[in-house]
Formats: sequence, C-alpha cells, structure tokens
Amino acid sequence: MFAYIVRRLALMLVTLIGISIIIFVLLRIVPGNIVDILFDAAGYVDPADKANLQRDLGLDQPIAVQYLHWIWGLLHGDLGYSYVSEKPALDEILPRIPITARLAALALTFSASIGIPLGVLSAVRQGTRLDYALRLVSLSGLSLPSFWLGLLILMASVSLFGTMPIYNPHPKTWTEAIAIYCVPAMAVGFRSAALTMRITRSSMLEVLRQDYIRTARAKGASERSVNFRHALKNAILPVITVIGIEAAFLIGGLIVTETVFNIPGVARFLVEALRWRDYPIVQNLVMLIALVVVLANFTVDMLYAVIDPRIRYTD
Amino acid sequence: MRSVKALAVAVLSLLSACSVAFAAEQPKQGGILRMYHRDSPGSASILEGATYSVNIPFMPVFNNLVIYDQNKPQNSMDDIVPDLADSWAWSTDNKTLTFKLHQGVKWHDGKPFTSADVKCTFDMLMGKSPQKLRQNPRKSWYEQVEEVTTNGDYEASFHLKRPQPALLALLASGYSPIYPCHVSPAEMRTHPIGTGPFKFVEFKINESIKLTRNPDYWKKGLPHLDGIEFTIIPDRSTAVLAFIAGKFDMTFPTEVTVPLMKDVKAQDPKAICDFEPTNVATNIIVNSTAPPFNDADIRHAMALSLDRKAFIQIMFEGQGDIGGTMLPPPNGVWGMPKEMLETIPGYGPDIEANRAEARKLMEKAGYGPNKHLQVKVATRNIAVYRDPAVILIDQLKSIYIDAELDVVDTAQWFPKIARKDYALGLNLTGNAVDDPDQSFYENYSCGSERNYTNYCNKDIEKLFDQQSVETDVAKRRKLVWEIDKQLQEDVARPIIFHGRGGTCWQPYVKGVTVMVNSSYNGYRYEDVWLDK
Repeated sequence: MFAYIVRRLALMLVTLIGISIIIFVLLRIVPGNIVDILFDAAGYVDPADKANLQRDLGLDQPIAVQYLHWIWGLLHGDLGYSYVSEKPALDEILPRIPITARLAALALTFSASIGIPLGVLSAVRQGTRLDYALRLVSLSGLSLPSFWLGLLILMASVSLFGTMPIYNPHPKTWTEAIAIYCVPAMAVGFRSAALTMRITRSSMLEVLRQDYIRTARAKGASERSVNFRHALKNAILPVITVIGIEAAFLIGGLIVTETVFNIPGVARFLVEALRWRDYPIVQNLVMLIALVVVLANFTVDMLYAVIDPRIRYTD
Repeated sequence: MRSVKALAVAVLSLLSACSVAFAAEQPKQGGILRMYHRDSPGSASILEGATYSVNIPFMPVFNNLVIYDQNKPQNSMDDIVPDLADSWAWSTDNKTLTFKLHQGVKWHDGKPFTSADVKCTFDMLMGKSPQKLRQNPRKSWYEQVEEVTTNGDYEASFHLKRPQPALLALLASGYSPIYPCHVSPAEMRTHPIGTGPFKFVEFKINESIKLTRNPDYWKKGLPHLDGIEFTIIPDRSTAVLAFIAGKFDMTFPTEVTVPLMKDVKAQDPKAICDFEPTNVATNIIVNSTAPPFNDADIRHAMALSLDRKAFIQIMFEGQGDIGGTMLPPPNGVWGMPKEMLETIPGYGPDIEANRAEARKLMEKAGYGPNKHLQVKVATRNIAVYRDPAVILIDQLKSIYIDAELDVVDTAQWFPKIARKDYALGLNLTGNAVDDPDQSFYENYSCGSERNYTNYCNKDIEKLFDQQSVETDVAKRRKLVWEIDKQLQEDVARPIIFHGRGGTCWQPYVKGVTVMVNSSYNGYRYEDVWLDK
C-alpha cells in the first residue's frame, strides 16, 4: 500500500509538470497577448510603445526562459504579478479560493445528499410512479444548463420575493448569508445530483439482483438493512468515481454560476484573466485546478481501498 | 373684504407651495450611491484608458481645468464651465490659451495643487515628460500644442502651433483630468489620487470599486453623497434584475438595451429611464488597398445597398439616428441637417432605387445574378458588433454580394485590422467629444493611428485644418458639413447609424443628467444626491 501511494504521488508530480508545460505553451499559442489587448482597447498601436510594454512584462524573452522563470518562482512561492492589477498574483488568487471552495463543497454536498438517497429510492421502487418521477427530475437536471437554471432562479426570486440572492461580501442577515451560497450551489449542483442519482440507481439495480442480496433477505434482514448495509455499500464505488470526476467538472459549471450570481470566485476570475491574457493569473489558477483534480482522483482511489476491503493496493 | 381674504389665502398657498417645492429640491447630504459596473476596467487611469468603463467610476476622483456643465445634457462650447481653472483667455492671435487656476486646492494626499501639475499632465500626454504613460491613446488631441508653460503657481498657458478653438472642448472632456506630478503613472493605474469630490478607496478586480466623499473638497458644500460604490456585474441580465430588486440605485449609464428597459419599466414602474444617443457610430471599414474593394464602384455599390432604418428598427426598435460622421442634430452639435444628408448617395429614402443603382455598379464591375461576389465581414465577437454585422450581410445579398461572418477575438481585432487582413469589417467608433477636431483628425487624417482604413485625401486634409482654425462657429459648421458630406461620398468609412443606450435610476436619485452627445463626459457626480 505504501509503495502504491509513493508511486501515485510520483505520478501526480509528473502529471503536474506535464500540465504546467501544456498550459504554458497553449497560452502562448493562443493569438494575442495582454499588450495586444491593452492597445486594442486603446484603439491604436504604436510599435515602439508596444515593444516597451512587452519588454517590461518580460514577454520578449524566449518561451523556455519565461517557463523556467515561472517554475522557479513557483517553487519559491512567487507566483508573479498580475498584468492587469499589477499586484502579486498570489494576493489576487488567495482571497478568491475560499469563496469558490465553499461553493464547490456545498454543490458537491448537495449533489451527494440529494443524488444518492433519491437514486436508492428510485432503484428500490423501480417501475413505480415515484421511479418515473425521479427519472424525469434527473433527466431535466442533466438537460438544463446551469446558467439558464440560475437565471430562472434569479427571475423567479425577483418576481416572487422582490429580492435576489446575488453575492454580498457582508450579508446583513443569516438568511441572506445562506441564500447567497446555497442557491448558487443548488443551481450548479443540480446537474451533478441528477447524474449521481442516475448512477446510483443503475448501480443499485445491478447489485440488488446479486445472490448475496437474496441471501441477506433469506436470512431475514430488514429491507432497510438490505438496501443500505448490503446493497448500497457495494453499489457506491461507481458513485464515488462519478463524484470524483464531477468535482473536476464542477469548475465548468462554476464559471457560469459565478457569473450569473455575480460571485467573485476563482472560476469567474479565471475567465476574466483569460480575456485579458493575464498569463500569471491564468497559468497559476490552471495549475491550482489541476492540483485539485489530481488530488480528487487520488482521494477517490484511496477511498476505494477504504470502502471495499477486496481492493487493497498490494505491493 | 372677502376678495382681500381670498387673495391673501391664494398668496399664502402659493408661497407654501413654493417653499415645499423649494424644500423638495434642496439637496440632502449623505448616502451611498450604489451602481453596477458592466465590466472590470483594465486600470484606474483615465489618461491611459480608451473606454468609458474607466471614466465612469474614476471621473469623480478628478477635476479638469474646465468641464462641460454637468447639468446640461448637450455638450457644447457655450456650456464649458470652470473646474480647476477659475477663468481662461485666448491671446489676440488665438495661439495661446491661458488659465488662471483656483487657489487652495489640495490633492487627496494633502499635497497642494499647482500649475506644475497642469504642465506635468500635458507634458506626459504629449510624450515630453520623463514619466511615460503605459498607453497614450489621445496623444493626437494635443498635436497642435507646442508647449505648456507656467507663470507662478496659479497660471498655466497652452502655446499652440496654430489657432485651435476646439482645444477647450478637448480639455473639457472626461478624458482630460489633471494628474498630480508627485504620483507615478503606475500608481495612478492602481490607486488614483485626484483633487475631485470623491476619494478612491479600493478597486477589487472583477468585484467592486469604492469611492468615498472628499471632506476637504475645494467646492464648498459638495459633494452631497457620502460615497459611490460600483459592483462589477458583467452579466447584463443579472445586473438589471438586481436593479429591479432594489440592490442598486442606478444602472450603469447607457448600457440598458430597449428590451431590458421594457423589463425595468414593467417590473419597476417607478424607475426613471432615459434612452439617449451615445455618440458611438456603427460603421463599415473597407480595405480599399486590395481586391475587390479597391474598385471604387464596388465600394459605392455597397454604400448604396444600406437600409439604415432597418438597422435602427432591428437594433433599437426605431430609436436610433441616421447621420454622417458627426452626430446628427438635434442632439449633435455639428451633424449635417436632414435635407443635406439625403442628397448623399445611399441616404435617400428610396431604398429600392438606391439598390437598383448599386446593382448596376456591381454589374459594371463584372458581378450579377449568376456571379456573386464572395466576401467575409470581419467583426469583433461582441454582440453590439456581431448583430449589425449579421444585418449587413443580409442587406448585401440584395446587390450580389454573398458575405460570411468572420468573428474575431478582441485580442486579435486590432492586429488583424492593422495587418489589413480583411476585406470588409464592421466597427464601432465612439467620439469622446462632439467636436470635428476630435473626430476628423482621429479617424480620417492621413497617418492617424486610428484611421484604420488608411483613407488619405490631401484636399480634405486641408479642409480639416481650415475648419479647425475657424473661430466663427457658423462658418466652421458649414465647413464641417461639407467635409462630412465628402467623407460619406468617398465611402471613407460608411456610417450606418448612431446608436443609443439606456440609463435607469430610482426616483430618489436626484441630479442625474444623461448627456446626449457623448457618453464620456458626464460622470463627476458631485451634484448627485439621494432624496431618502
């Protein structure tokens, strides 16, 4: 097990180095840089001024030098300066992480706490009206884009209550504090909950047909015990995989949700930084996201071993 | 006796009505004006900016030498009022403009404002100072300024190469604040220091901009507000919904579209909305250096094919303006009258006749029903650019031109235009000041950096100078009309329409004036107050 963990950690490091190179090169392949954008916004171009600015920002150096400069800084905790705000990139990124982390955690919690129980319910009541209704809900969850759902929630909120849950750094009441996080989390987590529900249902249906379930019933185990202790425990592995993957995909949903609900988190900031070709912000944020994804995958793999005793990573 | 009593009652009623009205209009002190901002500006430095996304939140931090009267909707030379300059005077040869500066003004960091700051600001704008602006988009405005000199701490003079009465108009723009000598351009991008009614508090990228009242403002009794807070909301629907929900006192100026304004009026009937020209012209840029548009007949045919009313109907439900380069009257000061405009090919009311003529020109150039011209219409990937480009493509079909939309990322737009890597493009040109000097030299002068099409006509260039030195307004206006007419006939950069934009605010927000011929100059907000 120990050797497996060490091997996985080494692989994670190689993955992150690979990602850093890909991100760095891709960013520079995309046409236009911050200098082009600044001068485009000004509507004019003076080659001398452009060259000066490019030199000031270090964009005139060979790409390999720029890469090594970035990695060297990264290893020393120096993420560089934002081209737009001219402040340290770390100071720009750090305050936004808790906002997005809170939102992502709430969305995942919502997705698991709604998706798993409803998926189990749908499987044990297969073919009933309740099952059809839940399948309809899960299908709509998969089909509704989260930005549209978010906008609908905002419109309904304004016309029904005369207010709306958009971000406020200093909420006046606890209800407002809950609303500004929970409503967007539900909007972004709805798709994820629907997917979890569907996976849980199909996995449960497969497990419920196994011999050991029949044996458990024959031994007189209660339905509750059969469904949750015997069936769900065995059906949960694919669900964990999906939740792990969803954690990575969540960032896509968060971009639009943070935009619609005007939440100043990492995801919206990343899009804005991309628009400005603010390389230090983009490359560090993408590395952060890559790290989160790699760690999520690692955690899922470790959870396999914890949940299913048959899976032990032997040396 | 009864009539005397009645008269007394009437007089008293009138007096009390007047006092109520007077009291109602007495500005109240205090309160924070909450607005949303459409995007996160690239920096806080107005001198380096070229978008009103910078002017709106940061104009309240500064003062100009002179400024357009903030309570009059139309910017004109007659409505330029003192700001940091108490008075000004032209020399007899009209080549020196001298300003007497207000004494006792302090920068927000406590240092005194003097004429040295005026000199520093304009030396920097003219590229003569050791401190350089990262970008200097309006360097050409000061092309005729030889130098700025000072005489003591409270007098500054602009010495011109030749008379240019419009210099005063340029100085009155929101784009012409005075910067302090002792603060570097880099600091001004992140923490601007001004002399204005509001002090900068913070600018959180993509989040918010906060200003607070300057308690030591040199204009006594102003500003009325305790502060202004801008929340950055790039999503237009969310922003307008938040305004309807009462989260904001005012929308971002001129950003509300016709359909959104209808939503506002339906869901918040008390809200006051104004839909005014922005002096931003949607136009076509043509690469006349390469086929097929190096053929003058094809360029003229294209100009003849335009149905401008259809553009305005689709984009603004009929609420737009047709004009030449200069914004048309009554909102524009220098635009051609309708009768003159309609004499220009393509501006006549009979669209079908125009198009029949265009088809003849196309046939002359070798195209027809069986041989269509294939082109791409390049434009930025932004709705206000893309939407009219789609309409243009549809209209070009009527004259045997099959056009395809080529949407270009903003980062690539200008480099592409500069490379001449386009045949036809759809562009938006904003005029910060409703004055021909700003528009003509910037967009049509030979070698100008913003003359994207490289249109160069030495004869018309002479007329630019002629109108620029003209001090008689009536004579200058006639010259401007002739130039504008000529520019449209030359298909230099065919103007399709002049757009409008909406601004909404709650009825308790007082003292808001939406300017009708520029969307860059009316955001000092020192007179705005909240009646609640």
